[in-house]
Amino acid sequence: MVRIEAVIRPQRLDEVKAALDDFGVTGMTVTEVRGAGKQKGYTQHYRGAEYTVNLIQKLKLEIVVAEADVDRIVEAIATAARTGEIGDGKIFLSPVLDAIRIRTGERGGEAV
Amino acid sequence: MRLIPPIKRLAVLLGACLALLPLGAVVHAQEATPAPAPAAATVTGDPNGITNPDFITKYDGSMKDDKGKVLNEKAPDLSAGDTAWVLGASALVLFMTPGLALFYAGMARAKNVLNVLMQSFIAMAIVTVVWVVVGYSLAFAPGSGATAGFLGGPDFVMLKGVGQTTFTWNGTAMTIPHQVFMAFQMMFAVITPALISGAIVERMKFSAYCVFIAVWSLLVYAPMAHMVWGAGGMLFKMGALDFAGGTVIHMTSGFSALVLVFLLGKRRLSSHEDTRPHNLPMTLIGTGILWFGWFGFNAGSAGAANGLAGSAFMVTHIAAATAGLVWVLLEWVHVKQPTALGFASGAVAGLVAITPASGFVSPTSALIIGAVVPFISYGMIQLKNKLKAYDDTLDVFAVHGMGGVWGAVATGIFADKAVNSLVPDDRGALMKAQFASIGMAILLGVVGTVVITLILKAIFKGIAVSANEEEAGLDLTQHGETGYVHGNGGAEVTFSGGHGAPTMASSLHPAESTH
Repeated sequence: MVRIEAVIRPQRLDEVKAALDDFGVTGMTVTEVRGAGKQKGYTQHYRGAEYTVNLIQKLKLEIVVAEADVDRIVEAIATAARTGEIGDGKIFLSPVLDAIRIRTGERGGEAV
Repeated sequence: MRLIPPIKRLAVLLGACLALLPLGAVVHAQEATPAPAPAAATVTGDPNGITNPDFITKYDGSMKDDKGKVLNEKAPDLSAGDTAWVLGASALVLFMTPGLALFYAGMARAKNVLNVLMQSFIAMAIVTVVWVVVGYSLAFAPGSGATAGFLGGPDFVMLKGVGQTTFTWNGTAMTIPHQVFMAFQMMFAVITPALISGAIVERMKFSAYCVFIAVWSLLVYAPMAHMVWGAGGMLFKMGALDFAGGTVIHMTSGFSALVLVFLLGKRRLSSHEDTRPHNLPMTLIGTGILWFGWFGFNAGSAGAANGLAGSAFMVTHIAAATAGLVWVLLEWVHVKQPTALGFASGAVAGLVAITPASGFVSPTSALIIGAVVPFISYGMIQLKNKLKAYDDTLDVFAVHGMGGVWGAVATGIFADKAVNSLVPDDRGALMKAQFASIGMAILLGVVGTVVITLILKAIFKGIAVSANEEEAGLDLTQHGETGYVHGNGGAEVTFSGGHGAPTMASSLHPAESTH
């Protein structure tokens, strides 16, 4: 199993969810996060005073999928989340040792 | 002495800002100009042909001259229309203070929102009581002896003699009950110290603030109101024009705010701290309420439902709209985007600037007054940001102090006899009187605030909250409440058996939980 962490623009969530639906991936965790990448934030003005916002609001999706599906799902997320502008986000992959469904006690692939 | 550097900085700044006031406060020592103009009074005619400007009011509505000779036994007739309008205008002016509370609170940080709101709401309570007990008397009762031109006497203490009958005010037979006039003026007295609060947001002890506004309304506001509007007031006799309080309200509060921030000190902000306004929609709602209430402020100052009230209403709106627009355009050029806070700031600055002129100027003049004030106030804010010499949190000095100065000068420039017959023919004398009133407002605001603040510092062992309290926010540390509950607001809430109020144990609360 592989955990996919995708940091995306908040406004691309619906498209990414729709893309994941096509793969039958319905379980996910979405977190509001703030972060900085190459974008280096943006500037706001209040009565002419400048405030630089370095950490930008993003959404982080976490899903756990079977290893065989990873490449296709990653490609689907990237396609759905892409605008072509700086700040589209990142996708991180990491191995998952095990998973447990709390209600039934199922483990491994059955649990996700 | 810890206080010397800030006072020096203040002196330099005041000198730079007010270089346009060469005459200043000394002008008032000159001979009184003829034909003093009752700045905010209606022109209802004088049935008795009284020309002596030094008459005093007899409280049943009749008039006596300064020798005590009765000039008019009959009270002026009461007008239901005028009374209804001034009552409504009084309510409008009172509504400005909650509007101001929202205007300021939206610009503060979330952890201080209740404290900022309370600084305005508590003014409604404190100043009302002070005004009833002695404030109105000091402002509007006739004075006596050498101080008569500067301060009222004790005749109206506890509103004694302020009744339901009409009365005569500075030569004008008013057609509204004295009580209604008093109530209208009370609302002005309420909002003025609340204006100052925007400068000291996020760092002043609430206890010290409460005492400050009570004393300030007696030592600064009441004398200034007396000099400009009171029976035998010094600036009134000079012919200074201030229709609805440009000098009395905006300049005294603006310059007092500047002094107070120097004496209070800056917020202890770390370099990475986010000080952006936490809720600009709140600020815009406050702006709308202020704008709405300002119609009562300025048009109500006609004291009657008449053409002058209509004129004041109209120019008020024109100036506010123009200033809001120009401020936005200014920002569009300067920072490439039209901001919501810029529009709100511009509209309020326009309202400030038109206030003293509102009963004296034409629509064209209102356009000019509104168009100029954003350059002055916005420029002052840029200067503040550059100098970093003081921390006027919400720019009270730039908007009210400097906006008020421009309004007073503009009144002298644009006052038009075609709008108000009280405008004198001698423009030079009028300008002298305007500069004298500007100088006096600054002098009184600065000296009064220094004296009050230094005494309060001694009594309260400092008037600023501690660094820890500032960090935790004034809502929690001054009031034991929070304005917002984000999730659980970092706090654990426990309900006590379903009957009592929930109890909150917060990691930030000074009284730590037993958990």
